[in-house]
Amino acid sequence: MPSLLSQNLPALQVVLPLVAAPLCLFLRLPRLAWLFALAVSGAAFAVSIALIVLVQQNGAFSYDMGGWAAPWGIEYVIDPLDSVMLCLVTGIATLVLMYAGPSVEAEIPRRQIPVFYVLFLLCLTGLLGMVATGDVFNLFVFLEISSLSTYALVAMGRDPRAQTSAYRYLILGSLGATFYVIGIGLLYMMTGTLNMEDLARRIPEVAETRTISVAIAFLAVGLALKLALFPLHKWLPGAYTHAPSVVTAFLAATATKVAIYVLVRIFFTVLGPIEAFQTLPATVSETQLVGVLAILAMMSGSAVAVFQYNLKRLFAYSSIAQVGYMMLGISMVSVTGMTGGLVHMVNHAMMKGTVFMALGAVILRVGSPDIRRLDGVGYRMPVTMAAFVLAAFSLIGVPGTVGFISKLYLVRGAIEGGHWIMVAAVLASSLLAVIYVWRVLEVAYFRSRPAGAAPVREAPLVMLAPMWVLALANVYFGLETTYTVGLTEAAADYILNYVPGEGPTWEHPLFEDPHGHGDGHGTGHGAGHAPEQDAHAPGVDP
Amino acid sequence: MIVGLDMMQTIGACLILPALAVLLTLLFGRWPNVREGSTLLVAFALGSMVFSLLGPVLIGARPSLTLWEVIPGVPLAFTVEPLGQIFAMIASLLWIVTTIYSVGYMRGNDEHAQTRFYACFAIAIFSAMGIAYAGNLLTLFLFYELMTISTVPLVAHKGTDEAKRSGRVYLGILMGTSIGLQLVGIIACWILAGSLDFVPGGLLAGKVEGWPVLLLLALFVFGIGKAAVMPFHRWLPAAMVAPTPVSALLHAVAVVKAGVFTVVKVVVYVFGLDLLNGTAGTEWIAAFAGFTILAASFVALRQDNLKRRLAYSTISQLSYVVLAALILAPLSVMGAALHIMAHAFGKITLFFAAGSIYTAAHKTEISQLDGIGWKMPVTMGAFAIGALAMIGVPPTAGFVSKWFMLSGAYEAQAWAAIAVIFASTVLNAAYFLPIVHRAFATKPAPVDPEHDHGEAPTPIVVALAFTALGSLFLFFVPDSFLALAEQLVGGRP
Repeated sequence: MPSLLSQNLPALQVVLPLVAAPLCLFLRLPRLAWLFALAVSGAAFAVSIALIVLVQQNGAFSYDMGGWAAPWGIEYVIDPLDSVMLCLVTGIATLVLMYAGPSVEAEIPRRQIPVFYVLFLLCLTGLLGMVATGDVFNLFVFLEISSLSTYALVAMGRDPRAQTSAYRYLILGSLGATFYVIGIGLLYMMTGTLNMEDLARRIPEVAETRTISVAIAFLAVGLALKLALFPLHKWLPGAYTHAPSVVTAFLAATATKVAIYVLVRIFFTVLGPIEAFQTLPATVSETQLVGVLAILAMMSGSAVAVFQYNLKRLFAYSSIAQVGYMMLGISMVSVTGMTGGLVHMVNHAMMKGTVFMALGAVILRVGSPDIRRLDGVGYRMPVTMAAFVLAAFSLIGVPGTVGFISKLYLVRGAIEGGHWIMVAAVLASSLLAVIYVWRVLEVAYFRSRPAGAAPVREAPLVMLAPMWVLALANVYFGLETTYTVGLTEAAADYILNYVPGEGPTWEHPLFEDPHGHGDGHGTGHGAGHAPEQDAHAPGVDP
Repeated sequence: MIVGLDMMQTIGACLILPALAVLLTLLFGRWPNVREGSTLLVAFALGSMVFSLLGPVLIGARPSLTLWEVIPGVPLAFTVEPLGQIFAMIASLLWIVTTIYSVGYMRGNDEHAQTRFYACFAIAIFSAMGIAYAGNLLTLFLFYELMTISTVPLVAHKGTDEAKRSGRVYLGILMGTSIGLQLVGIIACWILAGSLDFVPGGLLAGKVEGWPVLLLLALFVFGIGKAAVMPFHRWLPAAMVAPTPVSALLHAVAVVKAGVFTVVKVVVYVFGLDLLNGTAGTEWIAAFAGFTILAASFVALRQDNLKRRLAYSTISQLSYVVLAALILAPLSVMGAALHIMAHAFGKITLFFAAGSIYTAAHKTEISQLDGIGWKMPVTMGAFAIGALAMIGVPPTAGFVSKWFMLSGAYEAQAWAAIAVIFASTVLNAAYFLPIVHRAFATKPAPVDPEHDHGEAPTPIVVALAFTALGSLFLFFVPDSFLALAEQLVGGRP
């Protein structure tokens, strides 16, 4: 039995929350639904740990869904980067769900609570699927699962403006998803395959065509929308500000990261052999367009954050800047830079997870995330705000916190590459972070409580515990980077030197004429044809 | 070793004890006597730990404690070497004195939020110990930033608009320079040398030459904002809004000394004297320090607020250390190390006196001090000794360090530096002696008997008498500091 279980772990990782999600509907009691969702995500977290161990032992491996061998069936591939991402997403989901109980009961109407957890688990399913899958169309399906559930989750916010924010997110998010699907459609048209590794093998043959250039452009814009790269970030502040606190914490820590992961996966592995990323700024020759956008994101995000009053909005703008950091590291196209970008992805999840959890607790007790109403909150909710302080320092990049590690690698990558403007931008942006963080701390600690304000209690323990786990993770992984830097460095190395395998030895039925047989294959997920492949024993390929 | 600890454990204890003080302070916040009693106890324990390391270091041992690798090749590590030992001894010894002083000051002035105050104070000492014993640049930077963060609440302690504004200037300049310049320098070293360890003879020796050395040196000298080399000095006068014990221990000893200590450490252990001697243009950076010495002295002349005058005097004195280190002669580097010690004892005495006057007489301006010497003889007597130490007159410790600086400058034929030191000695006298004169030789303005005052509370008087005597004592018996400074430059030059 254990071997059967461990053989099917990649499928279990995604299927478990997918199947569990609708079951929440039957649990009418809010608390029951909460505990059930928590148990499911805990189990998913355990699966992801098992996957990390497996990948550490055996290296990257693939899994054929339903026994259909790739490239005809859908393949799930778990490589070092995937295992880190899966662990990050499920870990954050578990902590956020543990925290969710009291916050959700306070912010969501009682009868909607089971639905909330259904959507939450679906969103989790989508994010996990996007990471685990090795098929670009299957990725789109999961992208839509996570996006659609996210729109609904955002719309559940208490503030009526949540609905306009969700609507804006819906429109822009759908645009992004559509662009992505157009992009992969064009790729499919040229290569006749949707499997990532297979695509990587075939793409060099058709690299010079205009269709591929157009596909790259669509993919780039679509994914940039999803990951909120400046100037396509307009959906993000509203969505983060008005979504329920729990949703904000979860989205800020995972959603944009998974989108960045997808971008890295598509551009460095699927399109890696033709170096699509380096030719991205085709229209602005000789200029690293992505790098420039990343710098603009860092500067504008941080600068706008300085002037915000609503703390959720403030840290939403900060998130836009942080996405800039990640893209900056990736745009250096060097192992150090990529490590910086990827490790910041993990680190930023810890920082922003803590920040938004702390803000959620403040909203629960004080009722508002408006800085003008938080005088002396540092003494009214000392435990919550202490966690906030740790995360805030991490955001600045104080040594001893994860933010410092990210910055160290980003600056090192920039210096090594001779990108002096990038060095200046990273440093300037962290100084802006000092300003916006200090504004909050000054209000929280150096103003006395407004006269006549009702005394508030500290947040309940179930909220404080996960918040502090993440807050301490900020410090722990800031001082001990074997796992974070070690794993992401290996991943960066793997991604930048990616060479697709030889592929199956037998003839692909469509290989002779990749232009003629586009119909049917893309939507069938492999289930519709080529039953003769059954003979090729699927399973775990080391 | 005392209580059976080996040297590694002693280093650990030197770091854990101040951290323990933070915990105890927070734990006993409700009972002021227990809170301060436990702080004092820990301070004594720390002092004995630090001094127990003196013997081994003097006979050439370099005990070290390596915890774990933070990033590949760069561990969190601590090494006791002569310069760090000097800094640690000063900081731990003066922490005991300041704790006693604080009890008198904070209670005498009925300050609020005393638990936060003592906790942040202990964190600052914790970071001072970390800086003193740091075994590589990363460890040093970690504690350097922790020190910045922990002292901001002390600067903004009063919570008034002015205090908060000062807190912002303080944080902005210190964080801005450390992130914007120093961090770049550290990462550049990491790329160039592949490690960040402090190596006797210089980490970068043989790995880089020419203008990049100069650029790196500039990144460090200006990036170490705590050394207050102009134009990054404005945080120090801003910090004077803090309660006096903070100005005394932190802004005359721990924080500013952490700055110049880091400069000396980087010059000696990262660049190495030979590398810098072989690089053209270092005198331009030294010139900034020389300019700071003179300019800050001129500004000090014009200050009527006592603490602000002391602050500008500190800026000027800190640049002595930077200048002496950048003369790059072994004797002057010894002078730099000794000046860290001499200035610490002298300046803390002056600040203690300023706080004593504020507590007893509620006076902050120099023009109000007519004849105060006869009402507060111990305070003003100590002030006079501190002033002599600043000027560098025997029999105070200030003379010893100035002697070494000047002989080093003479050896290196650095005539401009000698001129700067002489000019500034005159200026020091010009802004300190009038205060002493006013205190003892002018008639006090008539006061109504209700507002009359005598000496400050006993803890304050005891503390400032101790540091003033220390300043004299170290003129006559500077042996252990001298021996440490000699070891820093590799034996008597």
